[in-house]
Amino acid sequence: MKTTRILATVAMLAAASGLVACSSDGGGSDASNCTNTITKQDLPVVTMWAWYPNMQLVVDNFNKLNDEVQVCWTNVGQGGDQYDKFQTAISAGTGAPDLVMVEMDRIPTFQIQNALVDISGYGLDAVRANYGEGAWKDVSVGDAVYGVPVDGGPLAMIYRKDIFDKYGITPPKTWAEYEQAAQKVKDAGGPLFGDLGANVPALMMALQIQKGAAPFTYDPAQPESIGVRLNDQASKDVLEYWGGLVRKGLVGTQDQFTPEYISGVINGNYATYISAAWAPGYLTGAGVGQGQDTGTFAVAPLPQWDPNNPVQVNWGGSAFSVTSQSKKPELAAKAAYGLYADEESLTDGWTNQIIFPLNLTALNNPEFVDLKVAFFDGQQANKDVYVPAANAYQGVVYSPFGQYYFDAMTKQISAMSAGSITGSQAADRLQEDVTKHATEQGFTVR
Amino acid sequence: MTSLIEKHAPRTHDEKHRIRSKVQRREHLTGWLFVGPFGVVFLAFLIAPLAYALYLSLFQKKLIGGTSFVLFDNYVKAFTDPSFLSGAWFVVRFALIAIPVQIAVALAMALILDAVTSLFTRFSRLMIFLPYAIPTVIGAVMWGFLYSRSFGPLSDVFGLFGATAPDFLSSNLIFYGLLNIVTWQWAGYYMIILYAALQGIDPTLYEAARMDGAGRWQVARRIKIPLIAPALILILVFSLIGTLQFFNEPQFLRYLAAGTIGSDFTPNMYAYQQAFGLANFNYGSAISFALGGLVFICVYAFLFFTRKRRSFL
Repeated sequence: MKTTRILATVAMLAAASGLVACSSDGGGSDASNCTNTITKQDLPVVTMWAWYPNMQLVVDNFNKLNDEVQVCWTNVGQGGDQYDKFQTAISAGTGAPDLVMVEMDRIPTFQIQNALVDISGYGLDAVRANYGEGAWKDVSVGDAVYGVPVDGGPLAMIYRKDIFDKYGITPPKTWAEYEQAAQKVKDAGGPLFGDLGANVPALMMALQIQKGAAPFTYDPAQPESIGVRLNDQASKDVLEYWGGLVRKGLVGTQDQFTPEYISGVINGNYATYISAAWAPGYLTGAGVGQGQDTGTFAVAPLPQWDPNNPVQVNWGGSAFSVTSQSKKPELAAKAAYGLYADEESLTDGWTNQIIFPLNLTALNNPEFVDLKVAFFDGQQANKDVYVPAANAYQGVVYSPFGQYYFDAMTKQISAMSAGSITGSQAADRLQEDVTKHATEQGFTVR
Repeated sequence: MTSLIEKHAPRTHDEKHRIRSKVQRREHLTGWLFVGPFGVVFLAFLIAPLAYALYLSLFQKKLIGGTSFVLFDNYVKAFTDPSFLSGAWFVVRFALIAIPVQIAVALAMALILDAVTSLFTRFSRLMIFLPYAIPTVIGAVMWGFLYSRSFGPLSDVFGLFGATAPDFLSSNLIFYGLLNIVTWQWAGYYMIILYAALQGIDPTLYEAARMDGAGRWQVARRIKIPLIAPALILILVFSLIGTLQFFNEPQFLRYLAAGTIGSDFTPNMYAYQQAFGLANFNYGSAISFALGGLVFICVYAFLFFTRKRRSFL
């Protein structure tokens, strides 16, 4: 009896400790689950999450060239999925990798939670000259630098030449012309002219900024105080404009990055696609512009509100950041400087339009500038459109509660697209919603 | 001798008692050991997380100012939060429509399968049950594609009549789109439960009814349905709890229609978004508990009103 009891107790304890063991392993700090194979086994390893489509190649190139540190990379999801995991790891205090890929508009959101490391103390000066001032501004909060820029997202108007030719349209230079062209195509029984996706609020934010909106003003020296201006005239005008296009049946309201939207693009349901420089790579990967559609796409500069004072804006663009959970921040920073900075990786990135590089060795490379982009039927898209747009880009102040702001924006765009509210009402509600959230989070809203 | 007996009697009694209590104690211990493994898992994976979530829900964490104890502030906020309230109202409305529809379909199919005996009965039973065997996630994704207007079959079907296909992922029709998915998925499962209950009815009752001149319809209405009432109530409670905690289907259709299905579409999705999207575990926990309260009230009210009919709940 006694032995059985002891055995049972032991068994139970073993089971319990098994449970404990289960709960404590796993997570991003584990270096044994790499997607890539590390060949230099004796070097220290830093872990990384990233979702660039050619990341495997980038990591392999880095590991091959570097004799100090090796990168163990996994793709835990694109954009929002990865942020949810990172956010959970931040809250848990464990489980984050040493390095994460983040879009620049998310940096303040993670920075305010002390989740990212200021890398300016880790030999940043050696690579400072490799990127432009605007690129550094987008990854900085105040004077502190929270990431190494990789790619940018200058906005432009991708359009279908076949549709434009059929209805006798030239690329619109202003938003007024954009609407007129849309009307003309519709009157002739043509397809939709564009799309307003409720799930791409960052694009709407960029379009509002183009009209002169400044959604957030934030000084990290006074972290408890934030300016929120989401319903100024410029913001309202842009929402009204797109709400009007929807109401008149000129653009669709399909969520973007969905199979439905991509099949619409392939079927020629949309004459234009307002998107960033990384879009051709994404579209190619999704199967757009192949077969009989080869060479149907072209790109033109983003339409302007005032053609005499053009404004260029950005959508997306990412950086590599060192997390504060990293036990090897200096090595992680070194990896961040080297990843996607070698010629072979950069060339692969820009020839396939996976990235619009911010690294000046690529950006100033004549081969890059003069590239005849296959997706655009040999058009020199970088020279004609994207490089000028990137050079004119001024940078933006992003909010430290980006996720909430974008969710709230999605809700209002959706309501506007359904016709239940106007663009102005959407802007007012957004302002009210985000202000309330900011106040609840302890900010003083200016 | 007498004294000896007198002396001994209580001792014997005492001893017996002692032995019995020893046996009892040993039996108790064996019982505990048998329950033990379950108990550990139950405590570790149900009670402890619940307690921890309750604990979390009493705090508030701000980006500026850190964490503070706020007692029931999060609950006050939840019950005045339009996102939570509209989500809760949606699942209640959804339950009021979806549950009767599912049960009507399940009951009709069970009665037909019970009444008709043919070669196809087993095959039909399996086919009707099959959707339940498909994971909800895959079911949702599959229906998402079927609803697609550019490559789903709907546009072809409606095209035959020269009409444009309805968009079941639009904000006007998403209710019916989800209703269809849920009914497709669950009606077969409920059908099996009802069918099993029908098989348990003594066939002599049917014979007696037929001798009294009852037709098939009357047998179904007056004998079968009243006798399977306990099973009906059981599946009603299952479906009520399931529907109020609606999560999988809308969460996965969200990848196709984020504009229509907001992050606060149902209370469970809102809790998920608060906890894992916005790192607001405290408020997420409070929403979960508030939802738990809502489920409890609904189920309790339902059981209270049907207390005469139920036997095993």
